[in-house]
Amino acid sequence: MTPALETRGLNRRFGALEVAGDINFRMEVGARRALIGPNGAGKTTFVNLLTGQLKPSSGSIFLDGSDITGLSADQRVRRGLARTFQLNTLLRGLTVLENVQLAILEHRKEGGLVLFGAHAQDRAAEAAYDLLERLRLDNDALRRVSELPYGRQRLVEVAVALALEPAVLVLDEPAAGVPPADSHRMMDLIDSLPSSMAVLIIEHDMKLVFRFAREITVLVAGRILTEGPPEVIAHDQQVRDVYLGHRKHA
Amino acid sequence: MQGRAHTLAVMRATRRLRVIELLPWLILIGTYFLLPSYLPLATQIIVMILFALSLDLLLGYTGVVTLGHAAYYGVGAYTAGILAVSHWSEPISGLLAATVMAGIVGLVTGYIILRTKGLTLLMLGMAVTLLLEALANHFNSITGGADGLQGIMMPPLLGRFEFDLYGKVGYVYAAVVLFLAWLVCRRLLLAPFGRSLVGIRENPVRMAAIGVPVARRKLVIFTVAAALAGLAGALSAQTNQFVSLNSLSFELSGTVLVVLVLGGAGRLYGAFIGAPIYLIAQDALAKSSPTFWLFWLGLILIGIVMFSRGGVLGIVDLLRRQLAGLFGRGAAKIGEAL
Repeated sequence: MTPALETRGLNRRFGALEVAGDINFRMEVGARRALIGPNGAGKTTFVNLLTGQLKPSSGSIFLDGSDITGLSADQRVRRGLARTFQLNTLLRGLTVLENVQLAILEHRKEGGLVLFGAHAQDRAAEAAYDLLERLRLDNDALRRVSELPYGRQRLVEVAVALALEPAVLVLDEPAAGVPPADSHRMMDLIDSLPSSMAVLIIEHDMKLVFRFAREITVLVAGRILTEGPPEVIAHDQQVRDVYLGHRKHA
Repeated sequence: MQGRAHTLAVMRATRRLRVIELLPWLILIGTYFLLPSYLPLATQIIVMILFALSLDLLLGYTGVVTLGHAAYYGVGAYTAGILAVSHWSEPISGLLAATVMAGIVGLVTGYIILRTKGLTLLMLGMAVTLLLEALANHFNSITGGADGLQGIMMPPLLGRFEFDLYGKVGYVYAAVVLFLAWLVCRRLLLAPFGRSLVGIRENPVRMAAIGVPVARRKLVIFTVAAALAGLAGALSAQTNQFVSLNSLSFELSGTVLVVLVLGGAGRLYGAFIGAPIYLIAQDALAKSSPTFWLFWLGLILIGIVMFSRGGVLGIVDLLRRQLAGLFGRGAAKIGEAL
């Protein structure tokens, strides 16, 4: 079966510094994968390479079997690869609804419309509201993103990515900085992601990682150290040494 | 609890034409009847509104800061002027030809300029203006060089309305062109395309992450803005029947930026407020203090910009919020659409 997302020999260097080294990574359709590693392991660099914010020095990236290495970030999104950012990159001056509405319009290829745009906008606003309602964010629909508490903004960040109905969704530390009051909502949201979607999550919160992931990839110094199901990773001595310490999970 | 119906109604309402949006047009009609001796100045103001409006698409809405917008105004002005002295003097087709020409120049230069950002973009925009100014100066047999392009004779508009000495026909012509351009801009900015420009201004990385071809959208709006600037230039050439090198100057790029910032950038109506303030102040101050008027203008600008980053419209916002605090929401409705 064609993997949803695959990288072959992915490398990225900044001068002499190798930040991604020969990464061969594979994710099946509907996968629930976590990418973990200590600070500075190159997790976000890897995500940036996947989603086109960064160009690789060598190697290839395949989305549903087609080579997307040469495509720009927006072209990858249109092919079905969406992401959230570690730090919020929402349109802060716009309302929550508009943030989601813009994503829906682009996904429906109606974002460039000038004529007959009003109907497209109304339909997208309805769909955006439905999505917000499902995520229990409808009460914030007309609030500017900048007025929302940080935890809520993180939820909106995921809502925007979901509006794109991606085949592969990359969540870069979705729970980072989310206060406890909102963190269970984030957990519920991640649990409820469609099963057809391949999800890659980068996260430091091991509770979330072990609750969510069916497979874990451990990245250390820009290279894959090991991969496997959570129960195996939790007992892997190498992983415990470099990352998990001696905490008990699984 | 806001509710689905309420939320969707609010979203739809943002596109609706509000009564206050008719105000500029009522003022323009009023000016024709009440201030006939000021029509030449009012025509200049209309041209400046159109020019600043074109810059607003780029700077206010898309966040592309440029100091080279006069290049396209100048291309429009010289195209219309040269056509007129070359026996193609029919005004409307000349206006359209100048708009298309400025759009083409905008497309070509924008393709290069928009690959850069920040200071480089600013410099490249200025460089394009300087290049075109030097070319216009060099080919003086076509452009009139430093003496300006003279001898533009406009035949009657639509074959019926003679451009008169009092500037009545020129004024109505300019006002109608501005009205049509405003309709186009309003449509463009409220459509999904326009909203995506605001998104690009707010955060281009986010827009790329939702699949927006950011570079292409910017190039489209750059071309449209250049075409509209060309339209303003052409209108100036036809109504003044003269084109000077000043229409391709760095100084003009600066002036239109000041006009827009004064009125309020990214607001559609900033141009409608900044242009009359600037040109009326210039007219009045230049009469009372011919050599020192720029000082007073500078002082006004400092006052407004220091007081409100959103220009005069920003001050209106501020007052509206204060009024809302004092008298409740009813009072705050004033100026909401601006």
